[in-house]
Amino acid sequence: MKTICFYFQVHQPFRLRRYRFFDIGEHHNYFDEFANRSIMRKVAEKCYLPTNQLMLELINEFGSRFKISYSISGTALDQFEMYAPDVLDSFRRLADTGCVEFLAETYSHSLSALKNKTEFENQVAAQSRKIEELFGKKPKTFRNTELIYSDEIGAMVADMGFKAMLTEGAKHILGWKSSNYLYTNAINPKLKLLLKNFRLSDDIAFRFSNRGWSEWPLTAEKYVSWLKKIEPRDEIVNLFMDYETFGEHQWAETGIFNFMRAFPQKVFSDGSFEFLTPSEAADKHQPVSALHVPQPISWADEERDLTAWLGNDLQDEAFDNLYSFAEKIRQIDDAEIQRDWKYLQTSDHFYYMCTKWFSDGDVHKYFNPYDTPYEAFINFMNILSDFTIRVNNKIKEQGLTNNITPEEVSNMLKILETRVKELKDLQKKSAPKKRRVKKKAEVETKVKAKVKVKTKPKPKAKSQKEEKGKAIAVKKVVAPKKTSTKKKQ
Amino acid sequence: MRVLMFGWEFPPHITGGLGTACFGLTQGLAKKNVEVIFVVPKAFGDEDKSSIRLVAAEDIDVSHTKVELEEFWRNIHYLEISSNIIPYVDPEEYQKLIEQSELEKTINKETTSKRKFKFSGKYGINLMDEVTRYALIATNLAVTQKFDVIHAHDWLTYPAGIAAKMISGKPLVVHVHATEFDRSGENVNKSVFEIERRGMVVADRVITVSNLTRNIVITKYGIPEDKVVTVHNAVEFSNGYEFEEFNKKVPEQIVTFLGRVTYQKGPDYFVEAANKVLKKNENVRFVMAGSGDMLNRMIRRVAELGISHKFHFTGFLKGSDVNRMFQMSDVYVMPSVSEPFGISPLEAMRSNVPVIISKQSGVAEVLKYALKIDFWDIDAMADSIYGLLSYKALSNFFIKYGQEEVNNLKWENAAEGVKEVYESMISNK
Repeated sequence: MKTICFYFQVHQPFRLRRYRFFDIGEHHNYFDEFANRSIMRKVAEKCYLPTNQLMLELINEFGSRFKISYSISGTALDQFEMYAPDVLDSFRRLADTGCVEFLAETYSHSLSALKNKTEFENQVAAQSRKIEELFGKKPKTFRNTELIYSDEIGAMVADMGFKAMLTEGAKHILGWKSSNYLYTNAINPKLKLLLKNFRLSDDIAFRFSNRGWSEWPLTAEKYVSWLKKIEPRDEIVNLFMDYETFGEHQWAETGIFNFMRAFPQKVFSDGSFEFLTPSEAADKHQPVSALHVPQPISWADEERDLTAWLGNDLQDEAFDNLYSFAEKIRQIDDAEIQRDWKYLQTSDHFYYMCTKWFSDGDVHKYFNPYDTPYEAFINFMNILSDFTIRVNNKIKEQGLTNNITPEEVSNMLKILETRVKELKDLQKKSAPKKRRVKKKAEVETKVKAKVKVKTKPKPKAKSQKEEKGKAIAVKKVVAPKKTSTKKKQ
Repeated sequence: MRVLMFGWEFPPHITGGLGTACFGLTQGLAKKNVEVIFVVPKAFGDEDKSSIRLVAAEDIDVSHTKVELEEFWRNIHYLEISSNIIPYVDPEEYQKLIEQSELEKTINKETTSKRKFKFSGKYGINLMDEVTRYALIATNLAVTQKFDVIHAHDWLTYPAGIAAKMISGKPLVVHVHATEFDRSGENVNKSVFEIERRGMVVADRVITVSNLTRNIVITKYGIPEDKVVTVHNAVEFSNGYEFEEFNKKVPEQIVTFLGRVTYQKGPDYFVEAANKVLKKNENVRFVMAGSGDMLNRMIRRVAELGISHKFHFTGFLKGSDVNRMFQMSDVYVMPSVSEPFGISPLEAMRSNVPVIISKQSGVAEVLKYALKIDFWDIDAMADSIYGLLSYKALSNFFIKYGQEEVNNLKWENAAEGVKEVYESMISNK
């Protein structure tokens, strides 16, 4: 019996508001409350609620035979709690059926795996905790942001105790190999890999409503006939896609819900396939070999690489800048800063800065609240500037001194030394002047007294200052007399 | 293919972008094997004639002028009205021109008796007279020259184009580099507007330098859409151009406005945005280079805002001073309210200066490596300035790709578009 493994990505970013540079240091609310709420409500009505209902009905109809899996980002979960608790309830009902697996990912759908191991681990732990809290089960399978994967990322994931991970069946990685088997991580063979069958997945996710497509309209029968055409020894077909495919990317009018409603029935009546969750599939099948992925891959665009999020100078600058905070923030005990730090890491912010699709106003523009990548960059950097100020202030406030490096200490010492030197110079400069004035007064004993005062502690120094003031006053008064006497001479 | 082309100026004797654009276009056309007879009112003798045949209108004998044509001109009696708007000229030159033309008027009287018209070849107070006389010359050329297409640049030459078409029956294309609405906002000069409209109506095709201008031609002049074609301008920098090493003398970063200080160029928005930036960032200076009828108002406004110590006026800049200004600049802003195309941002980009341009400019249609804002959105303008000054990755990004982008805007491509227009007219006949 061959396996069909359904996995849906559920994610919403906290979109940033238009944050002008005048706001830096003044306002610390970065998020577009209105857009986030209204988009969440819209997607909830068009996709999450009706699709969850459909999935629930299918699970009830076929007992425990119809199985699916989700990875819901922490930002999406937070938004459900804030704006759409009804959606959260419907996911809970799905969880209660036992036919649904919830996967682990980074809390904010971030790119931290590529930059900072500690941050990555923290985010995964936070996400897993949240899932367990809400749905009662600790995730066992991992899915990284946008299916981003490399040998190294896989090894990190294995170290965190996950048994299986999902990624893209990228052509340039697989070569002649098929995505329809289980593979293992190249560094740690304990981690099993499920690879997306991108052709069959994208037939639903991208091509379903395309009237220019030779296979349009796509019916459940036709789709099952394609499933049956895979190589006889293939074991598993992984259908991975955005959950928003249902009702949002492909509107209800395209017939996507009818397709999904009819699909399991067609599969079961054919009899050669079963539905399994990712962890069940990983337990059932034997891996055929290790998969070598030295450079990170993803499920995005034709290139299946990272260039949608990173690679141009703007993205790299923003990304490096953001992660330069990582160490500092770990020491800060402030819920708001911690929250903003997480939300700012969301990969979407970098996606908006992509310059790849300058000319073609295709699917990407649909998700982009900015007119140009430059606006996205300026907006993000303005916010980051304010965030820097807040972080630094907080660190000062908390008196976190263990953050000072030896270099900084020596720098501070240098500054202190030059200051002391400056003070001494000033003292020297002022001393002879006094002497001249005093000479006029011809009080030699006082000068001697002064030398003594210098060696004495502070309280006396104050009186010295007063004397200095007097001396100047004397000088001013004396001056005209001086000239007059000179003239006389 | 041979084109009879009417212009008003040709390098090196230019007062605005029109001469430069004509020069670039004729060079591009030459590369596409199109022969151009270029007619200007007055040839000085030192123009670049490598790719065209330059005919000075004053050398043409007008004794054979047809009677019907005179009839035609009599109908447009407003041509005699002298205009108080002078296109493309800097106000400092305004006075000079008027004085100059006063002088030339006396000379004209003598020369007309010799049946040849003397042209000043520059825009001036007697512009309308000259436009009229230029058109009379055109009728003569139309008879004596052999050509397939007539091409007229901007309203000054439309009457000449119309006249040539009436005599020869050859197709006419008028090329709109700017409209009266761009020059004067809503306070249009009716005579100029009427000449423009007539030229567009009589022409077989209208070429506009941007879609922005195309929309104006369609909506404000009522010209049918299928007759109006956009051919974006290009820019060709002479190869000998070298960046003079020039170090600025102030530690602050410099943000520059360079252009005529007139309503059309939006200098007031630049001042307001500067004020916003200075409130947040003291480490920047603003420069307004150029002059115009709004200059005094701008100086007063800057004083009123109390930012005079960080906002400087240079007056009108010429030649090497322009290059030096670009060398000193960290950001160039073109906040034009209405700009048919706009070459100056391209010059800035070529000098490695990141640019902010208004969405209301034709050049915004062809540039990717530039920040685009609505001219009225001073918050967005200020934010863009601040962004370019503060985030090096962004300005470096523009510097890195901007030059290449500018260098790819070739007149050859524009000429290809113009040639296609010619061909469509000939095949229609």
